[in-house]
Amino acid sequence: MNVLECVGLVKAFDDLVAVDDVGFHIAAGETYGLLGPNGAGKTTSISIVSGILEPDAGTVTVGSHRITTRSTEGKGDIGYVPQDIAIYPDLTGRENLRFFGKLYGIPKARLGPRIEEVLEVIGLADRGDDRTGEYSGGMKRRLNIGIGLLHEPRLLILDEPTVGVDPQSRNAILESVEELGRSGTAVLYTTHYMEEAERLCDRVGIIDGGKIRAEGTRRELVELVGQRDTVNLGVVGSARRLVDGLSSVTEIESITATEGAVEILVDGASKLLPRILEVAQQAQVAVSGVEVVEPNLEAVFLHLTGKALRD
Amino acid sequence: MRAAVLIAAKDLAQRIRDKSAILLGLVAPLGLALIFSAIIPDTSGSFNVDIAIVDQDGGAVAAGFIEEVLPSVEEAGILTVTGYEDADTAIADVESGTRHAAYIFPSGLTTSVESGGGAVVQMVGNVDQTISTQIARAVLDGYLAEVDAVSIAVGAAAMSGGTDLASLSERAAVVPAAVVLADVEAAGRELDATTFFSAGMAIFFLFFTVQFGVSSLLEERLHGTLPRLLGAPISRWSIIGGKGITSFVLGLVSMLVLAVATTVLIGAEWGNPVGVAILMVSGVLSALGIMAVVAVISKTPEQAANWQSIVAVVLGLLGGTFFPLSQGPRILALLSKLTPHAWFLQGLGDLSAGGSLSVVVVPALAMITFFAVTAGIAVVFGRKVLAV
Repeated sequence: MNVLECVGLVKAFDDLVAVDDVGFHIAAGETYGLLGPNGAGKTTSISIVSGILEPDAGTVTVGSHRITTRSTEGKGDIGYVPQDIAIYPDLTGRENLRFFGKLYGIPKARLGPRIEEVLEVIGLADRGDDRTGEYSGGMKRRLNIGIGLLHEPRLLILDEPTVGVDPQSRNAILESVEELGRSGTAVLYTTHYMEEAERLCDRVGIIDGGKIRAEGTRRELVELVGQRDTVNLGVVGSARRLVDGLSSVTEIESITATEGAVEILVDGASKLLPRILEVAQQAQVAVSGVEVVEPNLEAVFLHLTGKALRD
Repeated sequence: MRAAVLIAAKDLAQRIRDKSAILLGLVAPLGLALIFSAIIPDTSGSFNVDIAIVDQDGGAVAAGFIEEVLPSVEEAGILTVTGYEDADTAIADVESGTRHAAYIFPSGLTTSVESGGGAVVQMVGNVDQTISTQIARAVLDGYLAEVDAVSIAVGAAAMSGGTDLASLSERAAVVPAAVVLADVEAAGRELDATTFFSAGMAIFFLFFTVQFGVSSLLEERLHGTLPRLLGAPISRWSIIGGKGITSFVLGLVSMLVLAVATTVLIGAEWGNPVGVAILMVSGVLSALGIMAVVAVISKTPEQAANWQSIVAVVLGLLGGTFFPLSQGPRILALLSKLTPHAWFLQGLGDLSAGGSLSVVVVPALAMITFFAVTAGIAVVFGRKVLAV
């Protein structure tokens, strides 16, 4: 059952159409990534999904509740982690959590223990009574996420949560998101880091210019644009003989040979690799190294939009 | 409502923690009220000049002043008179500051006046008490002018012949009109200096205090917490309401503490507590509305703070919080009605003059009108602030 359903979202700011007919859905326990460069429409989309921004057209439904800027029902099912750190610097970590916990209506008896649980999860249990203005950037970022998790939402929305985060904190954040997915929380994750989308997301929507250009699992996206695996072989001996031997293998898309190396473009490298090695042996070419490069979302994005993710 | 109270409680905790609201809402107005009331003498009825008087004359001229003039002035609370046996002691007390001034009626004064000769009444004033000395001199000058007029009239009557000069002089000498102090209507009364500066500083700084609440909406946007509030399962009105409650509580607490503190510390007389409370509540509302308008048309907290300071100072000056408007041109008094400050001070003045609770109705309604108009404008423009 879908936790989130967005249909036909449109939002324009004067002449700029920031979001143009965006639609997607997320099931319980699924992590959905919106992958796109800065200015692609990711933040505007999730602002609409969170009920912060009113769309010009389209609908957002969380559970059975329509989400608008005026609605209050349904918003309690959403945990929102904005891109900018959104905490009160003159309150302590615990006070920040307590304030938002009360705002989300967590019962008094549950709130105290839940705050301690969250502080433990985000690794701030021993710094909970310090004012957050004294926290490091990574600690603030973790508290920012902790506030979104506090009320145990069915849908967690994370807007580029790792921007400006040190590698250690970044890894901790990614592990937390993976754990949330396993625990049944639906996660909407926006990023312009291809590696994060590949690691975390069950499905990815590639967004650019306010439009979702393609959507699916990583494999589906790769297949959608006809991308192939690349097998790089290091060879000792005549690369030419190997190329001749492989020409009879119909599954091979193309072969490029250079001094001591052969690059083979195939569909399904893992299945074809034993056959390639067998041909090399028959051609009496010694293989000194094998590398299989699967097509990534960066390549898909480039194919779909004609530009790199970080452009 | 619950969410609005939660937001207000959070805001108040932040304000107490950063101490800026305490500084502007309590310390600054109380300090300035103390300073102003200490350095600026009271020009209303409670101002008192301590006079030493030495009657070496024992005749009708001195008696006319001591028995006819001084009692009415003393009764009005302008002078306090203490009799002295000898001039040297009186002068020494003036020089030491125990008395503000001394009147010395020399021996033979009445005889000299009756005979049409010259006479000198000595007045010694303390150089550090210039206003008191001037008041003492004015009271004496008024009497001596009368004595002079009577003396001339007696001389003329004597020259026309046939009149008992001694009895004529004696009767004439006691005739001079006593200084007449006309009471005024309650509506025209002014607060004594201590209360005026206490109330003036309270309403002046109120405008700085309430800005903390309404401007925090801009701070929420700056700190990125506004989207988080907007994404929470609460009404948008509760966010605005929370900011309003914060401003209202800060303003009201500041006014109440100042009223109590100035009453206890420097003897300010605010008047009927119920009337004062009505004026305070309506004053806080008017300040809240005006500062909310400035906040919602500003783009950043810094811009809002700058504009709010300008508005607070201009309205404070125009509203007569630093000097009684009766001492300025009439146009100023009329313009002051465009500020809540003037209505607040007028209401307090009427109350302190012993007016009933009904005297605060018009000032309170005027201030609530300010609130209604400005709050309406703030709500219209406030939607922009909530559009992140």
